[in-house]
Amino acid sequence: MSAYIASLVSVIGINLILAFSLNIITGFCGQVSLGHAAFYGIGAYTAAYLAKLGAPLPLTLLAGAAMAGAIGIVVGLTSLRVRHDFLAVTTMGIGFVFLGFVRKQKWLGGELGISGIPGSGLDPVSYAMLIVAFVAAVMGFCLWIKHSWMGFTFDAVADDEDAARTVGVNVSTYKLTAFGIGTALAGLAGGLYVYFARIILPDTFDFVQSIAILTMVVIGGTGSVWGVFAATIALTLLPEVSRAAADYRLLIFGAMLMLVMRFSPGGLADLVRRKAA
Amino acid sequence: MNTLARIDDLHISFGGVAAANGISLTVEQGEFLALIGPNGAGKTTALRMVAGLLRPDRGRVFFGERDVTNLPAHARVRLGLGFTHQIVRPFYGFTTVENVMLAAGHRQTESPWRALTSRSRVAAREKAQAILERIGLAAQAGQSPRALPLGQRKRLEVARALALDPKLLLLDEPLAGLSSAEATSMADLVRALPGQGITVVLVEHNLGEVLRVADRLVVLDAGKVLAEGVPKDVMARTDVRQAYTGVI
Repeated sequence: MSAYIASLVSVIGINLILAFSLNIITGFCGQVSLGHAAFYGIGAYTAAYLAKLGAPLPLTLLAGAAMAGAIGIVVGLTSLRVRHDFLAVTTMGIGFVFLGFVRKQKWLGGELGISGIPGSGLDPVSYAMLIVAFVAAVMGFCLWIKHSWMGFTFDAVADDEDAARTVGVNVSTYKLTAFGIGTALAGLAGGLYVYFARIILPDTFDFVQSIAILTMVVIGGTGSVWGVFAATIALTLLPEVSRAAADYRLLIFGAMLMLVMRFSPGGLADLVRRKAA
Repeated sequence: MNTLARIDDLHISFGGVAAANGISLTVEQGEFLALIGPNGAGKTTALRMVAGLLRPDRGRVFFGERDVTNLPAHARVRLGLGFTHQIVRPFYGFTTVENVMLAAGHRQTESPWRALTSRSRVAAREKAQAILERIGLAAQAGQSPRALPLGQRKRLEVARALALDPKLLLLDEPLAGLSSAEATSMADLVRALPGQGITVVLVEHNLGEVLRVADRLVVLDAGKVLAEGVPKDVMARTDVRQAYTGVI
């Protein structure tokens, strides 16, 4: 495997973990989040900071996931008060608060971010394989959730919260669980990105990144693990196979989002299901 | 008879208008109690306060010996307090049997951890199928609730509540919008529940069916209890006829 392929595999893997993590919150549990890149960033900054202090890779990854998950649960508390478009605006605000915070913190490198991050100790190919192993574990976990009673209950919460309460579901706890798991996995993706890029900049975790993750989930089909898997790989590879696609990435993503919303709101997964039926 | 539930001096106001103004009543184990009264009397409000869907401004709700006033709705459901909505609320993304399965598997959904570590749906499906059979919806098990007419959706609402193994079932206008034949059939269905160990509190405007199925009536008017007792005696009272039917 060449260094280029290893790099591509790593980027796809990190994007897959990010898309799966948002799919748990938005796809499984029906809670809109437009600030998911903030949790990716929280994981990355935590891991980078600890790595520079000399902490080993397993500890930095764990700490990044734990920090993002803990803050994710706090942010998830807002989902108990607001719903739908109000929740979308609130989570979008969280993304801006995160960026506004890190850009002003000298100890986090301010606008220049954190550079000089120590390596993982693995060569690029081995590190790419480590990311693939994490992708397999996260995807397996998502499939497990989907087919467990947790997935069934998330579906009910996403469908009708008030009806879920009348069948004894503690809606608040399930929503916080979705936020906790989803944001912790985004933090894990952030930690993995740190050792891949060895430098982090605040702009990597901006609103456009949040929308890019959401695009992968929506185009794949919110709630579908395999749909999100296929869409994330396709959308990550798109700029690699065409220079024009790279230049017009945002335009293409936006147009695809509109087309999917118009013709197949259930995404690729729903399209495949309808064709098969 | 033992007292299964008791509400003491419930008050609640919406925008300065008192919807419940000191409602107190008891529900005896195994009875079929109907709450009646004119529009705006506070029947549904009282039921929703007992279910935990509304928090009273004042007063207490007891279920058995336990004060459940501060318990959320889902926790009361788990104690055995079932509820059906006046406007049916099925999960439209689920099939009919899946709607009942989620309720039938209420032990699996008790906590996220329990739900994450439970996968088999066989027992819940069998229980749900049996309830659908009993309630006359077995043929519709695989259909979306969107495909069901109102009468069947109302039955689904009851089926889902029964799958929670309730001790007390609060029914909010289950006959509303049904044809005369459907209303009679639904009334017969819920009338049989006390015989199966489920105490019933019914809020209903269909007075003919209420008088046919209820063991006891509580009449509410302007957020207060106006009268209670066996249907024949209560309906013979002049003040009840004035308040409820406008006929002296």
